[in-house]
Amino acid sequence: MKRQIPFVLVFIFGAFMVFQYFIPHESSEWVYEFLLDWIIIIGIFALALGIWSLLRVSLDKIKNKKENYIYSYLILFGLFGEIIFGFTAFNGNGESWGFYLPFVACALLAIIMIIHTIISTGKKTTFAALAGVFILLSVLISIFDNSWSFHFSSAEGVQNPMFRSFFDHILIPVLSTMFALLAFFIASAAYRAFRARNLLATLLLVAALIVMMRFNPWVAVIYGDYGAKLSNWLMNVPNLAAQRAIVIGIGLGIVATALKIILGIERGYMGKG
Amino acid sequence: MNVFEKLMKLDRRWVFLFLIIVCVFAYVVDFNVPIMVEPESQKIYDFIDNLEPGSIVLIAIDYDPNNMAELHPMTYAVVEHCWRKHVKVIFTALSQNGPGMADQAIRDISDSLMVDQTYNGVEFKGREIINGVDYCFLGYKPYYALVILGMGQNFRLPFPSDYYGSPLDSLPMMRGVSNYNDIDIVVDLSGGNITDAWISYGQSRFNFPLALGLTGVMTAQYYPYLGSGQVMGIMGGLLGAAQYEEMAENPGLAKDGMRVQLGAHVVIILFIIMGNIGLLIERRRHKKEGGI
Amino acid sequence: MDFGTFLWVNFGAFLTFAILSFLYKDNPFYKIAEHLVVGVSAGYFVVILWHNGLSPNLFQKLDDGSWFLLWLDSSEPWYIIPAILGVMMWTRFSKKWAWVSRWPMALYIGIATGVAIPLEMGAKVNRQLYAIMEKGFDWQNFFGHGSFNLLDATSGLSQVIIFVGTISALIYFFFSKAHTGWFGGMAKFGIWILMIGFGASFGYTVMARISLFINRLQYLDKSWYRNAVDTVNENYHVGFPIVFWFLILLIVGYIILEIVNHVKSKESPAAE
Repeated sequence: MKRQIPFVLVFIFGAFMVFQYFIPHESSEWVYEFLLDWIIIIGIFALALGIWSLLRVSLDKIKNKKENYIYSYLILFGLFGEIIFGFTAFNGNGESWGFYLPFVACALLAIIMIIHTIISTGKKTTFAALAGVFILLSVLISIFDNSWSFHFSSAEGVQNPMFRSFFDHILIPVLSTMFALLAFFIASAAYRAFRARNLLATLLLVAALIVMMRFNPWVAVIYGDYGAKLSNWLMNVPNLAAQRAIVIGIGLGIVATALKIILGIERGYMGKG
Repeated sequence: MNVFEKLMKLDRRWVFLFLIIVCVFAYVVDFNVPIMVEPESQKIYDFIDNLEPGSIVLIAIDYDPNNMAELHPMTYAVVEHCWRKHVKVIFTALSQNGPGMADQAIRDISDSLMVDQTYNGVEFKGREIINGVDYCFLGYKPYYALVILGMGQNFRLPFPSDYYGSPLDSLPMMRGVSNYNDIDIVVDLSGGNITDAWISYGQSRFNFPLALGLTGVMTAQYYPYLGSGQVMGIMGGLLGAAQYEEMAENPGLAKDGMRVQLGAHVVIILFIIMGNIGLLIERRRHKKEGGI
Repeated sequence: MDFGTFLWVNFGAFLTFAILSFLYKDNPFYKIAEHLVVGVSAGYFVVILWHNGLSPNLFQKLDDGSWFLLWLDSSEPWYIIPAILGVMMWTRFSKKWAWVSRWPMALYIGIATGVAIPLEMGAKVNRQLYAIMEKGFDWQNFFGHGSFNLLDATSGLSQVIIFVGTISALIYFFFSKAHTGWFGGMAKFGIWILMIGFGASFGYTVMARISLFINRLQYLDKSWYRNAVDTVNENYHVGFPIVFWFLILLIVGYIILEIVNHVKSKESPAAE
């Protein structure tokens, strides 16, 4: 029962989707549209699991005072800060901020105190009292401050300047710089690892050098635009042939795995139990 | 221990420092790197350039800040080109942080559209870009493959309202626009698997013209689709973006970055050569020792 | 530029330098930036999932119903079903109830795989096979269109190379027959072609990685340096010294801390 019904579901919906492709009828189209619509909703609930998981790990670190647990507060700060910004927006053209920032501070402190009340073993009453104070403060501010308001059912929050600033000035610099570090690691790898040990490695290196030199004007002085043309030929002929073989292989692999899943041969995705 | 052996055992932080110095030097020194336009990106430019005013282009911003270095300049170049030519744009963002990238790009490009500019001898008057008239930003939904299929039925199926919360029917430009049949071209700017979904679930099912803007890492893998005609053009990495800027005569971040790219490539090629000389010396030594 | 933006730009630059400092070694600044971004990224995703997902696709379809009837009186009551299936996903973390989450999972996997079979087969296998077979070779322009040009990607010769190259590379991946004789020869050619393909990929990868750093250079110059050290800007005289001295204080403090730790570890080597 616990395993059979999912298998039957996979088979029914999988087979339906395959047949729907070949026999597009009005009624099957109707079901198809519903399924596409519904699966998005299910997907949103599924993705929320990831957020919950992150929260659990951070709380666990704080509770057990694991190494570097102090940084977990930063995770909570970023997480709840961005959530608060996303559900609030300024009234009017946003000229006056009123007590918005004090409100955010109180709300964040209230959240931290609530979390401590739940996870801490001692001093529960102290944390609960502090949480009460901060909740009261934030509620009072939100009642009496008219320069901003909460928006849950409409998407004003995504245009909140603080929400955008967190994305533009925290998320973008950090994520892109983290990946920029790869530039240095590839340089250090070029220094140690990319060696023409045999014919195959030499072929790889030569192709790579041609592609890397394609727009080099100093090489173009010697060879004219042949460098660029050669690299374009390399991309469009030998590279195309190699990648096409890989694409065909991947395509066959995907179809074979999908068939195995629909027919219940491959069951790894179910987990144990 | 000779020089090469010492170099081989060098702390890698010196390598990092050397690369930083070269990059900063190449960035500060002002020289022009000529860009040769390749047919792959020329096709995309020509297609968009020949669109009538009022046509609709769907631009899929499917990248996160991780890949913005290469793909953001493409977004800027393509969207600015579209808006200068009074072509309307529908944005989607199917990667996790994509909506923020699109939101930022829309704000920036709208600002740069306010000033008059001359590209390729044609003068374009500055104008205000209006949400719902010049563009529509659909936003994010999970499970991109199924969203792409859903948009083939009707944009309103996965996206009942746009990113800013207004229903699609309330936007003037979306009236009468139901699915890919009403779109002239889809330009997918992506740094991951979403491109595969646009090809397999979008192009091969609904048969619209599809142009790709890819990160350098992915570019080579998508040439088979170019050869088979599933994809009409590819812009690969920063060089692809620079080529588009070159064609549009609208130099931006990509063209500006090619100087540094050149300097860094020379350094890396030098590193590779040094590494290989080290290898040769090592081999020769090995032979000698073996000979004794 | 207003003062708020001025501070944000400086903060963005600080975070950039904090991440770059990892090149030297792991340090608290790096950890601060790293943890902050994990939180912000998750928070951002929550908001987007709500405003771009749950709100328009689920709640707004049920909002003309009443909650005490479980929205069954709304005009589209069937949207309750995916909501229930979605909530069933949340049983994942319970050992006892985890099996419940398999139902919505099965629905998703069924749909995703079912959709994939014809479309992936079509796009990745059939269309690619057509592409190498449908047109035949261009014998008339075997060595290039018009004049002799070996670097013409559409010439007959290039088509032959693509055809033979693809088949050989496929043969290389085919392990059910021993790679000997002509078959082995083809497989060998296949691996050469593959290596050239990987080389091209690698060349592009180097380019891609470098451009990631170029973008950071441009960011630091155009967004930060030109604004932070802009003497015409009215915020410069108030803002810049504050930011500057704060940063100096932070970095000096960290260096002193590092030195103290270093000295301490030297004093008590037994502790290591």
